[in-house]
Amino acid sequence: MMRFVLSLALCMAALPLRAEVEVQEITTPGGVQLWLVEDHSIPGVALEMRFRGGSSLDTAEKGGATNLMVGLLEEGAADLDARGFARRQEELAASFKYNVFDDALTVSAKFLSENRADSLALLRDSLIAPRFDGDAVERVRAQVVSSLKSDEKDPQEIATRAFDALAFGDHPYGRPKQGTLASVAALTRDDLLAAKAGVMARDRLYVSLVGDVTAQEATALVDVLVGDLPATGAPLPGRAEVALAKGVTVIDFDTPQSVVVFGQSGIAMDDPDFFAAFVLDHILGGGGFESRLMQEVREKRGLTYGIYTYLASKDQAELWMGSVASANDRVAEAIEVIRAEWQRIRESGVSEQELRDAKTYLTGAYPLRFDGNGPIANIMVGMQIQGMPADYITTRNPRINAVTQEDIARVAQRLVDPEGLRFVVVGRPVGLAASN
Amino acid sequence: MIRIVTLTYGVVLMLAGAAQAGDLPPEPVTTFTLDNGMMVVVAEDHRAPVVTHMVWYRSGSADEPVGQSGVAHFLEHLLFKGTDRLEPGEFSATVAKNGGSDNAFTSYDYTAYYQRVASDRLELMMQMESDRMVNLRLGEGDIATERAVIIEERNQRVENNPSALFGEQIGATQYLNHRYGVPIIGWRHEMDALDLNDALDFYHLHYAPNNAILVVAGDVTPEAVRPLAEKYYGSIPANTDLPLRLRPAEPPQIAERRVTLRDARVAQPYVSRSYLAQERDSGAQHKAAALELLAEVLGGGTTSYLTEKLQFDTQVAVYTGAYYTGLALDSTTFDLIIVPAEGVTLAEAEAALDKVLADFLATGIDAEHLARIKMQLRASEIYARDDVGGIGNRYGRALTQGLSIADVQEWPDILQAVSEADIMAAAHEVFDLRRSVTGWLMQEGVSQ
Repeated sequence: MMRFVLSLALCMAALPLRAEVEVQEITTPGGVQLWLVEDHSIPGVALEMRFRGGSSLDTAEKGGATNLMVGLLEEGAADLDARGFARRQEELAASFKYNVFDDALTVSAKFLSENRADSLALLRDSLIAPRFDGDAVERVRAQVVSSLKSDEKDPQEIATRAFDALAFGDHPYGRPKQGTLASVAALTRDDLLAAKAGVMARDRLYVSLVGDVTAQEATALVDVLVGDLPATGAPLPGRAEVALAKGVTVIDFDTPQSVVVFGQSGIAMDDPDFFAAFVLDHILGGGGFESRLMQEVREKRGLTYGIYTYLASKDQAELWMGSVASANDRVAEAIEVIRAEWQRIRESGVSEQELRDAKTYLTGAYPLRFDGNGPIANIMVGMQIQGMPADYITTRNPRINAVTQEDIARVAQRLVDPEGLRFVVVGRPVGLAASN
Repeated sequence: MIRIVTLTYGVVLMLAGAAQAGDLPPEPVTTFTLDNGMMVVVAEDHRAPVVTHMVWYRSGSADEPVGQSGVAHFLEHLLFKGTDRLEPGEFSATVAKNGGSDNAFTSYDYTAYYQRVASDRLELMMQMESDRMVNLRLGEGDIATERAVIIEERNQRVENNPSALFGEQIGATQYLNHRYGVPIIGWRHEMDALDLNDALDFYHLHYAPNNAILVVAGDVTPEAVRPLAEKYYGSIPANTDLPLRLRPAEPPQIAERRVTLRDARVAQPYVSRSYLAQERDSGAQHKAAALELLAEVLGGGTTSYLTEKLQFDTQVAVYTGAYYTGLALDSTTFDLIIVPAEGVTLAEAEAALDKVLADFLATGIDAEHLARIKMQLRASEIYARDDVGGIGNRYGRALTQGLSIADVQEWPDILQAVSEADIMAAAHEVFDLRRSVTGWLMQEGVSQ
């Protein structure tokens, strides 16, 4: 008994932790925004780059151009063909990963201190001078086509695509980032070059470095790395209007468990109410096991293995999204419970205890994220592209702690919208009225 | 001639790099054993005030009684229900209130529970984790709801996914007698019948300090961990009736087997081949090391043999892979996969795969390729230092699967010592169709 009295005292104590990360904000002579954390304890460096824009720069006709282009960055560059590039990367034991999202093209690299110069030279070739050789284009195109075909039979993908199309209509967000079978088949080498020029430009680039490198070295190497990229890229797409109305879209698919994607309009990250909304989402569905939806849908009723929600605050639109999966004969009940919880939190907000627990979790968990060079580089570049100042690392927890029950109640009234909550269900749901 | 000179030069350069990577100081890992037999591993990293606290049990789905498949995983879920001291759900709620996150996972050979918290919360985690090692309290209500949850988990992971169903069928066909042929999550009809007594019987038999390993990784010292471990775990008596881990062994496998699964939800058909293979054994890891490198040589990315022959030299496949799971208590598998290109049938893809394997066995390994792989393995030791939780994980998995601390620490050098001849010998031994299963995953109604 005594032990648990002690543990209670521990719970109540204010968390003493702060994230002790010393960020150096540098603008290089070449004009690149670079954030650096020096840490010489491991003989290696983690590098993160973000180019704003990503697949949302694709037109409908050229759908999937950015995705295919990104898949080809490591398939040959400068005087190395695809296999030569891969061999060189292996010799250096460097890791380069290229990815594309709606709003950003990402490059994640790590390399050893002993191979730093050679690793960066190779990475630079892939950014500045990718070859887009004909055989490589066809090989990667075939991989994309295979993946697109798989997506057509994957209930989670079917649901997500249908939801995006409902929410965003003709905006690029409403289209699959990989494109369609028809658009990918039609992409030419010129399309890939155009996609690269559109997104890989210095006016939308953010870079972070963490590890065994000094500020002077970092400044010089970043300018060499990206100095020969074009200065400006393509204009970003305009704002997307979120057009969601209450209802259930059912897509027939013969599988035992229905997969559900649901959501409504969200909130921008620079909105004064964002932190209150963030805490609200944590309590409703974002907070893992402790969230209301997990408790009501999984723990009390056993209707699912997992349910979660999150604020999807994109560059050009804001959504509040969630996902759940339940057996076909139980999914109607799961949706009923979700709707009831949506209504309940709008009407009665959250309790003092829920708010306190959410704050201790969110403020306590934040510093735990900074536990390695790779994670720190990733957090920093994310902050940069979101336009956050470096001191956000120290101001973030006080802003969470400043959220009051009244703030939550106000934001719940403003944001939680049972009339705009849309469900897309892929499966053979039983007893579920579809509004399609 | 010139080419040979260049090759030699390349190898020398790379070995120099490897030697430098080898100068890395030893992993900051300390181990000791409590009086009741519980092993403790402490992996230090003081860069961030974070700690991962894990308890690993040497029991998993392959230790289940016949007819109760899934009970090890079911019990893992039930450990988040109450104890004598904690209400149902209070464990995770307390971790969350302290800013931490927690979870658990079950495999064939182990079940593990972990929390990731600020390092000054370690004692609280030890209090709670040691409590549920012996004081679990379950009611019938917990059973019914949580059984529904694991059935939804099976729906999500397996029933909704033809590739996962296919994998289950291949595993069940590969193992004629051993429990590795039964899925970790359980067969659906046996999951439906799991009850309170099944769970408690498994718990009382397997959950004890002498069947567990404590792993603490992060901003801690062994000096700080030892008294806490003694206080919370050392006070629990050992289970003197702990069963030996004697599983039904495989008989000699003498017949090549084939599996075809047709499912309307298949978008991309493929061929999968698995061979029974030797696992990493304590004090005898050399053959496993050769198989590990064989998987890299054949399927480790763009420069690998299968990729080269089936995706570059010819365009038979859109994807190929080779996988070896060395960490296992008993006989494991070496797996190959080929996803055919558009217009290539599964029969053609399988034939191409077998042809390439035969060519490989005849021609052997490119020395330069092997040197690059070894360089990457050396580098991976440096990269691993950036993730101390990953280091803790590596020890937990090894120690629950029959290996010792020394085995874990010798492994990188054993890998470096593998020769081309070792790899070829391992390849000749493992690629024996009599011990294999070839699987075709197909669309319904399509003939090949």
